[in-house]
Amino acid sequence: MSKLTYERIRANPKFKELVAKRTRLSWLFAAMVLGAYYGFVALVAFAPQVLHTPLTTGRTTWGVIAGFGIVLLSWVLTALYVRRANTEFDAINNEILRESL
Amino acid sequence: MNRLSTALAVPALLLTSAMAYAGPAVGEVEKQSMNLSAIAMFVAIVAVTLGITYWASTRTRSAADFYTAGGGITGAQNGLAIAGDYMSAATLLGLSSMVYAKGFDGFVYTIGFFVGWPIILFLMAERLRNLGKFTFADIASYRLDQAKVRTFAAVGSLTVCLFYLIIQMVGAGQLIQLLFGLDYLYAVVIVGALMMIYVTFGGMLATTWVQITKACLLLGGGTLMLFLAFAQFGFSFETMADKAINFHKDGVKIMGPGTLLADPVSAVSLSLGLMFGTAGLPHILMRFFTVADAKAARKSVLYATGVIGYFFMVVCILGLAAITIVGTNPDFFEGGKIGGKLIGGGNMPVMHLAKALGGDVLLGFLSAVAFATILAVVAGLVLAGASAISHDLFANVIMKGKASEAAEVRASKIASMGLGVIAVTLAILFEKQNLVFMVGLTFGVAASANFPVLFLSMFWKGLSTRGALAGGASGLITAVVLVILGPAVWKTVLGNPQALFPYDQPALFSMPTAFLVAFIVSKLDRSVGAANEREKFDDQFVRAQTGLGAEGAASH
Repeated sequence: MSKLTYERIRANPKFKELVAKRTRLSWLFAAMVLGAYYGFVALVAFAPQVLHTPLTTGRTTWGVIAGFGIVLLSWVLTALYVRRANTEFDAINNEILRESL
Repeated sequence: MNRLSTALAVPALLLTSAMAYAGPAVGEVEKQSMNLSAIAMFVAIVAVTLGITYWASTRTRSAADFYTAGGGITGAQNGLAIAGDYMSAATLLGLSSMVYAKGFDGFVYTIGFFVGWPIILFLMAERLRNLGKFTFADIASYRLDQAKVRTFAAVGSLTVCLFYLIIQMVGAGQLIQLLFGLDYLYAVVIVGALMMIYVTFGGMLATTWVQITKACLLLGGGTLMLFLAFAQFGFSFETMADKAINFHKDGVKIMGPGTLLADPVSAVSLSLGLMFGTAGLPHILMRFFTVADAKAARKSVLYATGVIGYFFMVVCILGLAAITIVGTNPDFFEGGKIGGKLIGGGNMPVMHLAKALGGDVLLGFLSAVAFATILAVVAGLVLAGASAISHDLFANVIMKGKASEAAEVRASKIASMGLGVIAVTLAILFEKQNLVFMVGLTFGVAASANFPVLFLSMFWKGLSTRGALAGGASGLITAVVLVILGPAVWKTVLGNPQALFPYDQPALFSMPTAFLVAFIVSKLDRSVGAANEREKFDDQFVRAQTGLGAEGAASH
């Protein structure tokens, strides 16, 4: 690819928009997963009794729910990210490429 | 002190058993009697994989075919293959036995193995696909000094692949001895020969499909066992948990955190090593180059995350079910003494569970799948190691990019054979060694040498060649030194009474060292070369974001 094409893309306001949107979403989601996981680890290390508490009168504890919750959260965020990237972001991306080539 | 040593020893045990099944079994593996249904099913699986390899060999011609299956793998297929790389025989055995022995603590570890995947998607998957060609060294050296950075990245890849191969091979030998009653020597040679056949003749296409086949078998087997296990408890998690609490020696404590993670520093260091070590494993990174574009790369991680998460949850529930089903059955304990030593060792609960739920047939099936799993993982490792030799060192560094494609493909096949022979030899030499330290080393080097260089080259404009080399080297040295001073080498191998560094996994310390040194050296680097490299970042950034100029998929 010629240097000129790359320069044209960089100058395209849509490129800045794409980068800003994608960067925001990816770091936000990464922070959410890391926050949930290390929050969980912190509870395990410093307040284990919270995770020992049963949900109701049964045997299932908040710890079990929290663990499954992290896995579920990871799935949901992954799916949301892929959906938005494969539709909205890719659409902007294709526009940028069309305009610049 | 006792509590501390448990907290340190168990992560090591899990890491080893979960990665490779190498540690606790060393030296005390008993050969089981021949399990005929296991062997029959294993032969059937091998026949299928050899069929796949033959089919793949007719389609593997060019270098791109060999390294990346021509970029023609779909997102769903690649997702299954990635999941396959991650769901080793060792995760099946190691994680379920952790839950069996420790309850909730095993669950916490399992989650630590899993959460790296969404992070890889959000931060790395697209850039990897858009910038990479065959190896991750392609990306690290994209705008930096080809000869130096590529050589460093290739050596990092080779180190990780070789260590990981040895762990897997030794673990495989012991596992097969245990499950099939085959001699260690035969087991290692069979694994070595099959992996060389897959890679040399079928390249990435065969490796990927072997991995997919095994992933499906493992998922199917796991789901069937989950169903059968739940059936014993009237399909109620509450009943299963209630019974487990009644039978487990720790009682109600198994439903919450225990003593295992009482030490948060080792827990965090372990999770960092797992998470970012995964993002620095060459055979996993290579999978991102086998799909057509960034869209497919994203889909791969979506499928992989779903499959891995599901499988890990299944494994944890099987561990919980085993507390009741295996833990109260005298047939599974040595001398029929309930609560004593499990027959075959501490990693066997899920295997005994298979026998309890489906008799010899299910046990045989699961054993055969465990064997197939090892084969698929080592094949990926050999391919990644061979690519570092043929694509990075031979074609780009030694021949300076002037090697013909035929010569490169030939080099890659020779390298695969060579690596296979070395791995088999070392696995035979290390049969009786305690390899816990190698797990720390593999993930330590991946997280502290490979990952920082790769990550900074994609994300930070300021990185220069000197910064990358200094950062990578300091991460590498710190990781190696800390592993040597740590419990696995200083205490266990060298026999000193107390480790100088108390943690098995060095990532918490070695990874920041690598980033810091890379940052400082790059900042101080005012050479002309460094200025040029920074200038090239802008174009690299456009390609990383848009995929413009990325290596396209070859049509099949």
